[in-house]
Amino acid sequence: MIRRIRLFSIEAGAVLASVVIFWIPLYFVLVNAMKDEKGASLRSMSWPAANRLWSNVKEVIRARDHMLLHAFVNSATLTVLSIAVLLIVCSMAGFVMQRRSDRFTPWISFFVLAGLIIPPAIVPTIWVLEKLHLFKTMLGLIMVEVALAFPFGVLLYRGFMGAIPREIDEASVVDGCGGLRLFFQIIFPLLKPVNATIIVTSSVAIFNDFTNPLYFFPGSKNATVQLTLYNFMSQFISQYNLLYTNILLITIPPLVLFIVFNKKIVSGITAGAVKG
Amino acid sequence: MNKVWKRTYSYYFLLPAAIIYLVIFILPTFMSFFFSMTRWTLQDWTYTGLENFKTFFEESSLNIGFKNTFVYAAVTCVLKVIFGLLLGVFLTSKIKTKNYLRSVVFFPTLVSTIAVGIAFSTLMHPTEGLINTTLAQLGISGPDWLGDTRYALLSVAFVDVWKGVGFATVIYIAGIMSIPAEYYEALQIDGGGSWHKFWSIILPLSRPATNTVIILAFIGGLRSFDILWPMTGGGPGFATDVIASIIYKQYQAGFYGLATAGNVILFLFVSVLAFPLSLYLNRKEVDL
Repeated sequence: MIRRIRLFSIEAGAVLASVVIFWIPLYFVLVNAMKDEKGASLRSMSWPAANRLWSNVKEVIRARDHMLLHAFVNSATLTVLSIAVLLIVCSMAGFVMQRRSDRFTPWISFFVLAGLIIPPAIVPTIWVLEKLHLFKTMLGLIMVEVALAFPFGVLLYRGFMGAIPREIDEASVVDGCGGLRLFFQIIFPLLKPVNATIIVTSSVAIFNDFTNPLYFFPGSKNATVQLTLYNFMSQFISQYNLLYTNILLITIPPLVLFIVFNKKIVSGITAGAVKG
Repeated sequence: MNKVWKRTYSYYFLLPAAIIYLVIFILPTFMSFFFSMTRWTLQDWTYTGLENFKTFFEESSLNIGFKNTFVYAAVTCVLKVIFGLLLGVFLTSKIKTKNYLRSVVFFPTLVSTIAVGIAFSTLMHPTEGLINTTLAQLGISGPDWLGDTRYALLSVAFVDVWKGVGFATVIYIAGIMSIPAEYYEALQIDGGGSWHKFWSIILPLSRPATNTVIILAFIGGLRSFDILWPMTGGGPGFATDVIASIIYKQYQAGFYGLATAGNVILFLFVSVLAFPLSLYLNRKEVDL
């Protein structure tokens, strides 16, 4: 009995701590997004006298010539296209890297895995993009996101492909499959679990990315949603209510993703992180 | 066999990835060694030898970044390991609210870093922020978390831990759940308590998870920029300037050669610390 009471109180304490540590900051953003300019400037937790959330939303969207809407389109394009490229490119590379072993494979692995540790060289990357006429373009930013997410993606695919028996390849080759057909018709459909992991983890990472758009996608027309927040921070320094409304709006996509894929995210990360 | 390889697993499968990766990542990395030794306007350059590095090491506003980068990485890494392990143990035990707590701990990982930074900057406001007004009611006068040079770096590190501990926890949960049940049964027969269980089973056998968390958190900490910059912009003074934020400042000011030198220094700094660390950790890893 005493043991059960003790367990219960520990658990109740943990739930209480989760409210203080995790819910209060979120609640704080929410109530302040509902206030007017003066109310939000007080930085308090109190419930607003009148709910102005909707008019704040409209004002944030209207601000700077509907920049937030452009930014949402940019961020969505960036995320979707980067992930599409990432899935194809990483799975193909991971397939060959897992199946083949000759003189070159250790070198290829070394260069790919080095990408997990080495910080990207920023200004030379800008120079290269400029020479290719890709600097400040969506295509350029997509290439950067793909290049930087590539090592981790390959790691996941390579690990997973180790579990797909080579007998499948051999049977297909005997039946007359070429390399491309073998991969796209037989192997790729088997990769669904890894695809899901990469889609979920990378879309959050790319959607929330701040550093790369800051460097490689400058200019107010180009902004992604993270940059609107960064720009609003200096512009609306006195209008905290709009700043919080913006935070709220750009948190919705990851939140939806989280609710839909909650279990998958966690299991995917665990599969990739420890076995990898 | 070799012929079959070449046909079925041809290297042209690597081609799309290789082109993007080589052009956008590997090539700039190699070029950075050259451009770090130039005065560079992106259009043309003059070779200056090691002058940029000399400037970097001599000016205190630049080399303060080393100490801050290291302190920040070490603090966030240690805290993530400790809290991740404790939460991991707690969230794999027999509690009823497990699923709720796991979700809550993981949620901040998904929120935008800038949003977190902005929210906490307000909560950490010296007089009106929620943290200090709460402390004031308890009769404690809280410090100026982000405005005081003594606390600013640690305050940001704390926010980083708040945001990132969910990831460490998930890795620990995976590590702890993969420990075979026989170990616990053996301990029960020998009459060990829960302290023994933690100390002689969970801690040593979740070693692979610990290594993963240390490496990821430490490398992430050394490279971190996206939470520091919106919260403090490197200030007050240079108190929270890390190498990554110095690179950004030099880039903004148009000192491209110097920014690239900073990049090379960060590259060497990360390599010198991270490669030996990962070798050391992997050697000591216990096989399950």
